[in-house]
Amino acid sequence: MKELNLTLKIWRQDGPDSNGSFDTIAAPGINDEMSFLEMLDLVNERLINEGKDAVVFDHDCREGICGTCSLMINGQAHGPQKGTATCQLHMRKFSDGDEIVIEPWRAAAFPIIKDLMVDRAAFDRIVESGGYITAETGGAPDANIIPIPKPVADAAMDAAACIGCGACVAACPNSAANLFTSAKVAHLNLLPQGQAERHARVEAMVDTMEEFFGSCTNHGECQEACPKEISIDFIALMNRDYLAAKFKNRRTLSRK
Amino acid sequence: MQLDAKIPDGAIADKWTNYKFERKLVNPANRRKYDVIVVGTGLAGGAAAATLGEQGYNVKAFTFHDSARRAHSIAAQGGINAAKNYKGDGDSIYRLFYDTVKGGDFRAREANVYRLAEESVNIIDQATAQGVPFAREYGGLLDNRSFGGAQVSRTFYARGQTGQQLLLGVYQQLSRQIGLGNVALYNRSELVDIVVVDGRAAGIVVRDLVTGQVTSHSAHAVVLATGGYSNAFFLSTNAMACNVTAAWRAHRKGAAFANPCYTQIHPTSIPQSDDFQSKLTLMSESLRNDGRIWCPKSPDETRPPDQIPEADRDYYLERRYPSFGNLAPRDIASRAAKIEVDAGKGVGPLKNGVYLDFSDAIARLGRDTIEERYGNLFEMYERITDESPYDVPMRIYPAVHYTMGGLWVDYELMTTVPGLYAAGEANFSDHGANRLGASALMQGLSDGYFVLPNTISNYLAPLLGTKPVPTDHAEFQVAEAAATARFAGYLAIGGTRSPDAFHQQLGKIMWDYCGMERTKEGLEKALSEIPALHEEFRKDLRVTGSGEATNQTLEKAGRVDDFFELAQVMCLDALTREESCGGHFRAEHQTEEGEAERDDAHFAHVAAWEWTGDPANPTRHTEPLEFENVHLQVRSYK
Amino acid sequence: MATSTVARGPAGAGTKRAKRKAPFPIELYRSALGKKYVMAVTGIMLMGFVLLHMIGNLKMFLGPAEFDHYAEFLRELLVPVLPRTVTLWLLRGGLIVAFALHIHAAYSLTRMNHAARPVKYQSQRDYIAANFASRTMRWTGVIFGLFLVWHLFDLSWTGTGYSFHRGAAYANVSTSLHRIPVGILYIVANLALGVHLFHGAWSLFQSLGWNNPRFNAWRRNFAAGFAALIVVGNVAMPVAILAGIVAVH
Repeated sequence: MKELNLTLKIWRQDGPDSNGSFDTIAAPGINDEMSFLEMLDLVNERLINEGKDAVVFDHDCREGICGTCSLMINGQAHGPQKGTATCQLHMRKFSDGDEIVIEPWRAAAFPIIKDLMVDRAAFDRIVESGGYITAETGGAPDANIIPIPKPVADAAMDAAACIGCGACVAACPNSAANLFTSAKVAHLNLLPQGQAERHARVEAMVDTMEEFFGSCTNHGECQEACPKEISIDFIALMNRDYLAAKFKNRRTLSRK
Repeated sequence: MQLDAKIPDGAIADKWTNYKFERKLVNPANRRKYDVIVVGTGLAGGAAAATLGEQGYNVKAFTFHDSARRAHSIAAQGGINAAKNYKGDGDSIYRLFYDTVKGGDFRAREANVYRLAEESVNIIDQATAQGVPFAREYGGLLDNRSFGGAQVSRTFYARGQTGQQLLLGVYQQLSRQIGLGNVALYNRSELVDIVVVDGRAAGIVVRDLVTGQVTSHSAHAVVLATGGYSNAFFLSTNAMACNVTAAWRAHRKGAAFANPCYTQIHPTSIPQSDDFQSKLTLMSESLRNDGRIWCPKSPDETRPPDQIPEADRDYYLERRYPSFGNLAPRDIASRAAKIEVDAGKGVGPLKNGVYLDFSDAIARLGRDTIEERYGNLFEMYERITDESPYDVPMRIYPAVHYTMGGLWVDYELMTTVPGLYAAGEANFSDHGANRLGASALMQGLSDGYFVLPNTISNYLAPLLGTKPVPTDHAEFQVAEAAATARFAGYLAIGGTRSPDAFHQQLGKIMWDYCGMERTKEGLEKALSEIPALHEEFRKDLRVTGSGEATNQTLEKAGRVDDFFELAQVMCLDALTREESCGGHFRAEHQTEEGEAERDDAHFAHVAAWEWTGDPANPTRHTEPLEFENVHLQVRSYK
Repeated sequence: MATSTVARGPAGAGTKRAKRKAPFPIELYRSALGKKYVMAVTGIMLMGFVLLHMIGNLKMFLGPAEFDHYAEFLRELLVPVLPRTVTLWLLRGGLIVAFALHIHAAYSLTRMNHAARPVKYQSQRDYIAANFASRTMRWTGVIFGLFLVWHLFDLSWTGTGYSFHRGAAYANVSTSLHRIPVGILYIVANLALGVHLFHGAWSLFQSLGWNNPRFNAWRRNFAAGFAALIVVGNVAMPVAILAGIVAVH
């Protein structure tokens, strides 16, 4: 166990339309066994003791699975550890005397609510537009009726591991959400159950995505920032399906 | 207060079928004339909202998260049970029912458990149809693993992220309904009160966590699927925001709270490493499939684990429970760990854990197989502790994980307030005094997809033609004013300590006196300390910031306030239940071997507490439990 | 684009379905993904041109006769099926369309991307995967595009201050590039092109969805190799002329 004395530069902003700025807060005596968010808890506890407002940041499960936590730490989404969400980042990754800069995710589609908290509802809009398999409760056939090759099920699972945290958008120089969208598209489009809506799904989801986010220029930055290490291979899959969808949907329509 | 469980007639296997035939129905064309409020968007709430939306009801769903995909159901790792018998190892609905009743130490309602076992098979079908990527064999069929408390392989899983995948399945179905306009989702909206008009649930009052605004919503029926109350202990494996507020506010409005002392301590969590720790992280029970639990035989052991010879190791679960071994149920495995650690045989820097060792499994199956099964769990462990379980045994210790108690509900999942339902972990219904692993996901989805959508029409059908109580009704106005005043009150105290500081202190009292082992003296001590601390909270709380913008300190204050009141009922319930059963272990009631000793003559009942206005003096009601199918016996896993 | 304020209230107004009115290619081009397709496809066309252009021009090393013969061959392509220079003009037309689309798509995507993050990060970003090439596409593109215009004036249309003779390919090239600043300009422009190709020739695989574990590892190598080939081949000419290896006519 080591003690770290840190200087934090934390973005403070009152609301979506106000101007924010960095607040420099000294954080002495940080135990390196702490998680990053526990360090922020302690900072907040000290701020409250001083009668100041606590820093607002999103977090919940602290097990790296709910996708609520965010934070741009020293210019990297979810901080320096690869494949790790902020809540699983531990202070042993930092050294005594470090200055840590903490910013919210920045994208037009993710307006800042307060301080480090942003609104990621645009992701929900994308899923609402088609990120599902229509299978109303009741009437589902036996689960073993369609055998799914293990590699296919595994690939779908790789894509389905997305936690919807928004790091891909935050890290992308263009604020594109192609990794998020393609992960959901690939999860469902790879599975036999998802074939019926395959083309309608990808078209609706991509079109909704483009209402909010920038475009993919294949930097690959999203893949590096993703706490679940989801591959940009899924973006290629989405691109292919989208072209097919634009073509096939039209053909289906023309027969009506 | 009358506790009528409304258990349908007939043989155990026919009850649910009979009920579904006899209940009143709402014609599809009439369903849009009904408004239903669902609070919570985890497995139970999300599934209920989606299914009710599909059926045609007007649904308003509420979550205090930013999205319907964040609920703590997402963190369940290991799997979900279902009596599919895909492995042909003798599983059946009856066996799952039997295991669950026995696993719950004979403190659950038979009819509910049987229904749960019946619906379990439908859940797997439903989830698969939705695209949940369950693990598969090379032949393409679904794979199963074993879990504690069962001798058959019936647990379906999606890597170590089963809860996530099932919740995303629910979220997708709910999103579809939101997209179609059948469900309106209110996010970042926290329930702060329930409104009851003329003895029926009329609606809810919510606080917008972004603007601080308090508003009312009314409906024909209200469903609470707001999870459990493990965070009363401060340190638990629950997410930071999990709280009892919704259930507690319902309790204060007349819903009985059942078996609050039934809390589950999960045996395999990562031990606490320092005083700043904000939560404990669970390691899936599935690890006990291949990991062996041991501690040194001597309390003075100082060698690193790999240098301790076999002769000096005590594989205490295998020794004490030879037939179930490392897969003994959670309550038993937890208490066994506590016994060893209390005897000074704990391991790790703080001597507060036991080893969960994979070296045998790695030698037998190879590192690749272990990596495929548990890779993500091992990574998570390494991120937290900086130790690799491939090289060094994991250190584990029990942690509060789940609460079997909750709002009392009848067979229809209705609380003692007509029109107010509770589903998932928020109710008390299916697990008795101990929940078996991989059964929480099953119960949440069964309640949400299959039970509630069937039972709610029985209540709604006679209300055809009525309108929900308007939100300008006096009761709503009173509740809104009270909620506004409550939050303004926290801000106005201007004391010296943060809500977290109080919560931490409350949690310590609860863990020390109402945790894994409870005694009369301890509980009485807790019952004197909690009200005093609550009083201090009211006088010395400090909440900075304002009530008109996002203020997490203020949110926390409201939740901690409710935990204080709940904690008292938990201790009272534990004190009154003069027996040991499942997760409730009273040191006074144990066999000579240290096993839990039930008192079926006096306590084969559900204890449901009624709010009287004074948290220290609620009224205790009982619902007797009858065991017609699974006969009462001493639970043995030896 | 989303507004800057957080909209409160229920979600569930109903998601609108994509309307389909325009013909398929236009419909595709309206989307950003479609524009990326167009960038990739036109990119391939331009890459083909750049490669052939380089191979043809390397005939310079074989001497003026070979070089001018090649230039004449281009004018004579598909004669007598089509009249002289018609094929060349058709090819040129295709190239012009490809350029126009490539540039228009790039321009509109850039605008979209700027709008997607109106407030930049206020602290230093620490990029992991995004490299110099991928982040400077629009600049290398613009630099090379401007150079191209100059290049056309220099060698095809008017000449740039030397004794320009329309159609005298070898003479024009060798005279123009013999000037040191011009030589340097060619080298700089080709380096910009190389950087542009290093990302573009990889990126097109992703944009077109050409992703397969069998060849994924080769995509990056292909892009690097292609960019290197073009840079070496094209830079060799001004260097050779300046160094006197290739004679001026």
